[in-house]
Amino acid sequence: MIYLDHAATTALDKEIFETMKPYFSEKYGNPSSIYFLGQEAKAAIEEARERVAKILGASPGEIIFTSCATESNNLAIRGIINYQLAISKKPVHIITSSIEHKSVLETCKGLEEKGAEATYLSVDKEGFVNIEDLKKAIKENTVLVSIMYANNEVGSIQPIKEIGAYLKDLNKRRKQPVAFHTDAVQGFQYAETDVQSLGVDALSLTGHKFYAPKGVGILYLKEGIKVESQQTGGSQENKKRAGTENVPYIVAIAEAMATASSKRQVAGGQIRKLRDKLIDGILEKIPGTILTGPAKENFANRLPNNASFCFPKVEGESILINLDFEGIAASSGSACTSGSLEPSHVLIAMGYDHTIAHGSIRFTLGKDNTEEEIDEVLEKLPPIIEKLQKMSPLR
Amino acid sequence: MALYNDIVMDHFKTPRNVGEIPDADGVGEVGNPICGDIMKIFIKVEKKDGKEYISDIKFQTLGCGAAVATSSMVTEIVKGKTLEEAEKVTNITVADALQGLPPVKLHCSNLAADALIKAIEDYRSRK
Ligand SMILES: Cc1ncc(COP(=O)(O)O)c(C=O)c1O
Ligand code: FES
Repeated sequence: MIYLDHAATTALDKEIFETMKPYFSEKYGNPSSIYFLGQEAKAAIEEARERVAKILGASPGEIIFTSCATESNNLAIRGIINYQLAISKKPVHIITSSIEHKSVLETCKGLEEKGAEATYLSVDKEGFVNIEDLKKAIKENTVLVSIMYANNEVGSIQPIKEIGAYLKDLNKRRKQPVAFHTDAVQGFQYAETDVQSLGVDALSLTGHKFYAPKGVGILYLKEGIKVESQQTGGSQENKKRAGTENVPYIVAIAEAMATASSKRQVAGGQIRKLRDKLIDGILEKIPGTILTGPAKENFANRLPNNASFCFPKVEGESILINLDFEGIAASSGSACTSGSLEPSHVLIAMGYDHTIAHGSIRFTLGKDNTEEEIDEVLEKLPPIIEKLQKMSPLR
Repeated sequence: MALYNDIVMDHFKTPRNVGEIPDADGVGEVGNPICGDIMKIFIKVEKKDGKEYISDIKFQTLGCGAAVATSSMVTEIVKGKTLEEAEKVTNITVADALQGLPPVKLHCSNLAADALIKAIEDYRSRK
């Protein structure tokens, strides 16, 4: 199989799998227990916490292990807003973008119903937030800005550093500081993710996008940023996330982050070459194809593993099934594939209409893809599109 | 495991009666307001023993796997049938003939049945 859906999930790396194995049946203690077995598990998660903190440029007390990025995003956004709503008499204001992952968008929408105000920044045709729009959107009661590091559908890398620096400066003059959260799920592997240099107060990650298992995530939360815990119970994770820690998975995510961050440059370069070949090949072989996301001249701000397109007069699910017949895995933002029958909110926010979004396909490469695989996609995809276009009533 | 069963997949992979009939006697085109798909059915009508029947039928579809499979199946069901028989075909007939569709995809089967009915109406209105 040719797997080109790494933005959806990745395989658990075999070496990483080895590092987590002892924590299932041998070193299975509860980190809250005082005897050796428990303290051994405790030591493992604290070591993981230190490794993660170091990679992110944070201190260990600022790392919260969660179950996934959806939980991290909820804890950051809901946690900060609920805390602020409780102490403030007036409604508090969140600024986010219209191309965030649903775990951010739906959380903000839910908070609007609870009395918060929200602004959803628009993006340009290539999927970039404009920092000037953000500056204009900030109000006296703004308490949180949440902008993703890189978009999962079209790979646009947002100006997080610029926003971080701007807010830092602004906060010096404000009574009500604005906290800055970023969903770095897609950015972490390919772009520098040092919380100091990004200037963020909170940052979310999920392990399964970088070869750790599904079901473990991280929230970096800067010391001093107050959140309301989203679940009550024990005092784990600095009282911010009750529940017995998932020791083997925590060990694995730290290991995966160490690997990913140390190979960031090399991996990015190799993947970029293959990705460029895929993009050039598809644009050349399939007339009328639209490359969605950052254009060639802005590829420096495009995730090196993302190649996303819209093919006119065809529907995404039909393309995906045909690709699947050929053993190729990809994804689509077509309404027909969404379950909710809504087309990709990201493509719509970028100004594409429903009919264009209908024919969207995203390929996301990973560390094990080869040039032969890309050649095969370039051979198999054009006849699929041609066949479907022939079947279409649109001419 | 797959989203669709083998019969649906068979019709998707090798759809029957794809194409257009330039001198069709009736044409029905419908759009799916839910997800934006489009389907077009062309029919040729002939008479035998005093009854009008569908002597040829072709379709064009822009849509998901279920949309393609239901289009293909509906053409197969009604080809050679009298107009009276064809008019009785509903989305349920088509979905049943495919031995079921995932619940989120049931609306796609409306498209096929609606396009067929429209094509027959178009034929009648031309007379
Ligand atoms: C940008 C972004 N944020 C958040 C998530 C949610 O990750 P998880 O499903 O692991 O909670 C994803 C994964 O699809 C994502 O791409
Ligand atoms: S036609 Fe869109 S979901 Fe089937």
